[in-house]
Amino acid sequence: MKKMHCIALASLCAALVYGCGSKPAMEDSKAGVEDRTPTATTKPASPVTTSPQGQGGVTSTPVPPTTGGANLLKDPNNILSKRSVFFEYDSDAIKEEFRPLLQAHAKYLSSNRGAKMLIQGNADERGSREHNIALGQRRADATKRMLVLLGAQESQVESASLGEEKPRCEDKTEACYAQNRRGDLLYSGEY
Amino acid sequence: MNRAIAILCIAALGLMFSARAAIAQLSIEITGSGANQIPVAVLQFAGESALPASISDIVEADLQRSGRFRMLYAGGVNPAPTDAAQVNFAEWRSRLADAMLIGGVRRLPDGRFEVQFRLLDVLKQTQIGGVAYTLNASQLRLTGHKIADYVYEKLTGERGVFSTRIAYIVKQQGRFELKVADADGQNAQTVLASPEPILSPSWSPDGTRLAYVSFQLKKPVVYVQDLVGGRQIAVANFRGSNSAPSWSPDGKQLAVVLSREGGSQIFLMNADGSSVRRLMQSPAIDTEPNFAPDGQFIYFTSDRGGSPQIYRVAPSGGEATRMTFQGNYNVTPRISPDGKTLVYIARSGGRDQVTAMDLETRQVQTLTDTQRDESPSVAPNSRMILYASEQGGRGVLAAVSSDGRYRQRLSVQAADVREPAWGPFMGN
Repeated sequence: MKKMHCIALASLCAALVYGCGSKPAMEDSKAGVEDRTPTATTKPASPVTTSPQGQGGVTSTPVPPTTGGANLLKDPNNILSKRSVFFEYDSDAIKEEFRPLLQAHAKYLSSNRGAKMLIQGNADERGSREHNIALGQRRADATKRMLVLLGAQESQVESASLGEEKPRCEDKTEACYAQNRRGDLLYSGEY
Repeated sequence: MNRAIAILCIAALGLMFSARAAIAQLSIEITGSGANQIPVAVLQFAGESALPASISDIVEADLQRSGRFRMLYAGGVNPAPTDAAQVNFAEWRSRLADAMLIGGVRRLPDGRFEVQFRLLDVLKQTQIGGVAYTLNASQLRLTGHKIADYVYEKLTGERGVFSTRIAYIVKQQGRFELKVADADGQNAQTVLASPEPILSPSWSPDGTRLAYVSFQLKKPVVYVQDLVGGRQIAVANFRGSNSAPSWSPDGKQLAVVLSREGGSQIFLMNADGSSVRRLMQSPAIDTEPNFAPDGQFIYFTSDRGGSPQIYRVAPSGGEATRMTFQGNYNVTPRISPDGKTLVYIARSGGRDQVTAMDLETRQVQTLTDTQRDESPSVAPNSRMILYASEQGGRGVLAAVSSDGRYRQRLSVQAADVREPAWGPFMGN
């Protein structure tokens, strides 16, 4: 089924190479890696395809969510490229140090109403897997609440949890656990 | 597939049965001894060399692994008896056997086999019972397990679980596989393979479907998959997280945990995902729902009291009752199929251990000597508990008898194994 969709879609829009289907071709977004180097996403001036409608072949260029948005999000010098919020053990309290980061994203979301975000909450590996899904959910919910409080629309932000299943760090040390108690902010297209 | 060597050993007797090599995904090591073991001799079945593998070996290994029997050396009997009249009972009595199993294998003209066995009472010198099966070579293991189930039931008075199946997750080199294997770890089949995590497999009561959580959509979504056709449907894919599926005893409903209304809350839905309704309103985490086999209660984990504890509530909702009071971390409730025991994970002194509470007396007993136990799953006869633990930094499965006396470990070479779920009895 999914394959059929894929084939249909691929033939429809030849130029559009959005990864469709269940498995993205590249192991994309290392969930909310901070200080992202600007990878080849949308080049400001793409010389090849300016596509007036009605040329025989269907051509299109991927439209970035909003003007200039993608660049801001990837620019390592911009706070918007920072995507992770860290938490204390068994806590979903947003620490003061992450406020500027969340403020910047809330502002971005409120001035780009078309932008959508998925917050993935994470937990360290101690304890039951399902309880850790719930703990990660709590962290994602807390992050979302803060974003909404700071101006994002509720409908722009989805909060979900990966529990302990996607650790950034796999050692059994407190330093490592602290890295895994985390919320990652991902804009659509990044996950 | 994965090749490993299955090694069975009885630590109690210091006896090693080594040369038991087989193509095995899971290898089993027994690390404790059972109480009141019944001494049994399983003889080679006459003519079983015609089979691709020894059926009497399969039966013997099953009985051995259950911890309920003491297997007696039964080699060197030639020719192998197929009838009680051919058995020298006095000799087996002197070898301290209470019971013995004899049998024969015959190739049929159509290429199939007939296997018949007799279970004998050595003390009374009588036949307890016997059955004949017609089978093809691919049914050999299953037939062995059925014979072991027969012997187990006749000698212990309880139903055997050798022909049931288990599900578990293997993580290897960043890949996740949901597998279903025979209860002895053999004959493992991959149900789902994914680069994304899979967790919380749960058997439908009729054993034909598995519900589980997969991250294939980059967040937790609950799926139900047919084991025969392989058809996978997303039954809970709401905004937010969807997890922790548990079947109602009639197989018509699923309890799941959804965050769609904020927090992690328990919802009931039809098994096809329709008719979703919230079970309770709580400001806390409610998760890990588990239906009691009589359907009277749903047990679950909640931190509504400040720390994660186990509660139960009627499937119609209403007031929840707290069940656990010792310690500040009690999670993952599972009710034994006989309805008598609440099995869960309790944290004490920094160790997470499989723990059992007698639901009548409320007496609590720690069952394991391991320390990072997770995901207990009770065998359909309520006699053994399969769970996930850790050894040398790797995930392994382990099993413990419900009295805590008998233990075994199941591992896969170079892989993490976790999230075991013991399947139900299959209709005979």
